Amino acid sequence: MEKHLKVSAIKNGTVLDHIPAEQLFKVIDILGLSCISNQITFGTNLDSKLLGKKAIIKISDRYFESDEINRIALIAPQAKINIIQNFKVVEKRVLSIPSSIKGIAKCMNPVCVTNHQPIETLFTTITDENELKLLCHYCEKITDKENLKIISNN
Amino acid sequence: MSRNLISIQDFSKEEILEVLKMAAGFEKNPSQPIFRDKVVASIFFEPSTRTRLSFETAANRLGARVIGFSDAGNTSVTKGETIKDTIKMVSNYADLIVMRHPLEGSARYASEISPVPVINAGDGSNQHPSQTLLDLYSIQKTQGRLDNLFINMVGDLKYGRTVHSLLQAMSHFNPTFLFTAPEELKLPNEYKEYLRKRNIRFEETRNLSDGICQSDILYMTRVQRERFTDAIEYERVKNVYSLNNSMLDGAKPNMKILHPLPRVNEIALDVDNSDHAYYFDQAKNGVYTRMAIITKLFS
Repeated sequence: MEKHLKVSAIKNGTVLDHIPAEQLFKVIDILGLSCISNQITFGTNLDSKLLGKKAIIKISDRYFESDEINRIALIAPQAKINIIQNFKVVEKRVLSIPSSIKGIAKCMNPVCVTNHQPIETLFTTITDENELKLLCHYCEKITDKENLKIISNN
Repeated sequence: MSRNLISIQDFSKEEILEVLKMAAGFEKNPSQPIFRDKVVASIFFEPSTRTRLSFETAANRLGARVIGFSDAGNTSVTKGETIKDTIKMVSNYADLIVMRHPLEGSARYASEISPVPVINAGDGSNQHPSQTLLDLYSIQKTQGRLDNLFINMVGDLKYGRTVHSLLQAMSHFNPTFLFTAPEELKLPNEYKEYLRKRNIRFEETRNLSDGICQSDILYMTRVQRERFTDAIEYERVKNVYSLNNSMLDGAKPNMKILHPLPRVNEIALDVDNSDHAYYFDQAKNGVYTRMAIITKLFS
């Protein structure tokens, strides 16, 4: 059977694959993709053996530093990063969870100072029983995945 | 070396012991005006009796002059001034800031903005490290040591910030803990995990009479009405966790009762005259401990 790409190939740039479908727009938000002028194509609710439904994003002529891309590990830890040059995958990267997370997530503690004053949030990441948790640098409370809210870049 | 005191975890075991040693020196000789050229700002955005008065007494005994406010209602905060602007401004005037604020993490934030040292005098239900140091001083003074003690913590172990900080600080000294609390106010799992990782022994009970005989320290806390969703449950629990003199019959002679105060009905008045009662002396120790903290941060 002829294989068709659901999302067209790009000549040069970065492909983010295996993003959980429900996290697509958060990934776009975290990487600030809605604010850049590069050509971006994406597909979502694609069948995936690994995730059930996945999303894929292809960004032309844009490459990410590790620090920048690792920020999405918070919500899409299984995402695969492919670097494309001249339609070929020249490098594959996996995400690693950064030791600290700045300004992406909201602290779940309603009386945390970051929820009341104009302060950028800062967390230390903790992996506890395979679950990623965030320890707030300010109020010292833990935000778990269930209560994780991403701060919009827009 | 720590420049601020925001969380008890900012101080190493050695730094804690250094503060306690200095505090003992100040207890022997409480009037040492060594900081006559210094100004201490005492800024309290929410009410306090002991903490504010003992910090201000400590600063005065060290010869420093004290400026500040005890009610944010009289300040520009009511006009919408941010913590950042208030701290920037106060740090222009003072050489050290003592701050209490209802928002958790506010003291850490202030310390990042301020060019002068900041002491956290309580940030919501998060940290109150000077209370912890005076608790440690009281424990060391009454027991002659900090190592290998049996500490029974009673009452609100869920929200009580003094409990959490004391537990972390005591972890340096190989304690055994008994946590006595109603189901609704049990110690949160994150602190139990903290102790497990450090191989510190602890047990839990709902019965106050369970651990009194074994205890070296009985650390009582207030069970607060506002923590309960069910008023009937509060009424039931409040009496269960009320200590009276007859319950102390089998206590070890060295056992002392500590309480961060204010107490309501968790310690009956007939306990006050017992040799085991130490909570008022504990509050007095606050002045010496805070003199030591100020001295450490100034040097």
